[in-house]
Amino acid sequence: MSESGSKAARVIEIEVLRYRPGTDAEPVWQSFRVPFLDDTSVLEGLQAIKDDLDGSLSFRWSCRMAICGSCGMMIDGVPRLACHTFLREFFPGKVRVAPLDHMPIERDLVVSAEDFVHKLEGITPYLVPREARTVEQGEYLQTPRQLEQFRQFAGCINCMLCYAACPQYGLDPEFIGPGLMALIHRYNADSRDGARAERMELINAEQGVWSCTAVGYCSVVCPKHVDPANAVNQNKVNGALDWVKRRAGLKGGGT
Amino acid sequence: MAGWWRRNPYFVWYMVREVTAVAVAVYTLVLLAGVVCLASGEAAWNGWLSAMRSPVSIAIHAALLVGMVSHAWSWFDIMPKTMPLLFVGGRPVAASAITRAGLAAAVVAAAALFALAWALRP
Repeated sequence: MSESGSKAARVIEIEVLRYRPGTDAEPVWQSFRVPFLDDTSVLEGLQAIKDDLDGSLSFRWSCRMAICGSCGMMIDGVPRLACHTFLREFFPGKVRVAPLDHMPIERDLVVSAEDFVHKLEGITPYLVPREARTVEQGEYLQTPRQLEQFRQFAGCINCMLCYAACPQYGLDPEFIGPGLMALIHRYNADSRDGARAERMELINAEQGVWSCTAVGYCSVVCPKHVDPANAVNQNKVNGALDWVKRRAGLKGGGT
Repeated sequence: MAGWWRRNPYFVWYMVREVTAVAVAVYTLVLLAGVVCLASGEAAWNGWLSAMRSPVSIAIHAALLVGMVSHAWSWFDIMPKTMPLLFVGGRPVAASAITRAGLAAAVVAAAALFALAWALRP
């Protein structure tokens, strides 16, 4: 990269899919020309548009460092965090920014997370202690191997990129979806948890693991390497075993 | 969602992976037809054998072989996603190691079967 290339501002075309309720009958593309440097993210590009070109542009963001999960959007057709994607990657071409696939648009790049949040409330997304302990008895201890069983699945930031990546969720929004299946597994795989039986019913439902056809794109787009496809597909085995146990009259839902 | 799989190269490869299962099913039917012919007597068996030697059959087999190899590769590629975490010596086994082990097992099994068929040829 030459001195002028890295230091001087270049100008890139950013096309944004706009939808302003009451003004636009349907989403329309709008083009902006934005100066950028090597370290300018797509999020900063959108902020430049909002600050200098069109104050009506709406998008969600908070931390600008890939930890809050707010700025997920379709960037050139791929679900990515806007703060985690640099404009230099697309120059000298243009970059197209659209709201996340498979979710209703509220305004511009802001989608409704209602379906996700509603499902999240229903999966018992917290530890239910397997055994009651008093403070005097001390912590719930785990071995490093027990921690490893769920550690990667605990990295989810609820950015919903995997939902925009999942064609099965796009075809049938009743599917619980990759991110929440990973979160279910995060708690089920935790040796301290005691609510596995009730979560197994969600896993084994048609809208649970059986809606997944192992496309695997959810794990590709995940910015935190949670690997939801692994969480979903290893639970197909767990779900089948649980079904056999229940049919055989054994107590299902256990470990 | 119509035509969704054409929107992204990743989805195209997913569909290719799924379609190669058809190659596996078709080859199973070809072998099954051979078994039925074998049970039906010598004339039927020889008819099946000569049908297998026809240029059309060889072309179909070449296409099925490509499908089978592609299926084996993509199957072992996705295998780590379908398994619980594996630990060897207290450390998690990398997905690539699981894929390579599966592919190696498939190659060894195919080579052993081929050697057996070669040794027993008339």
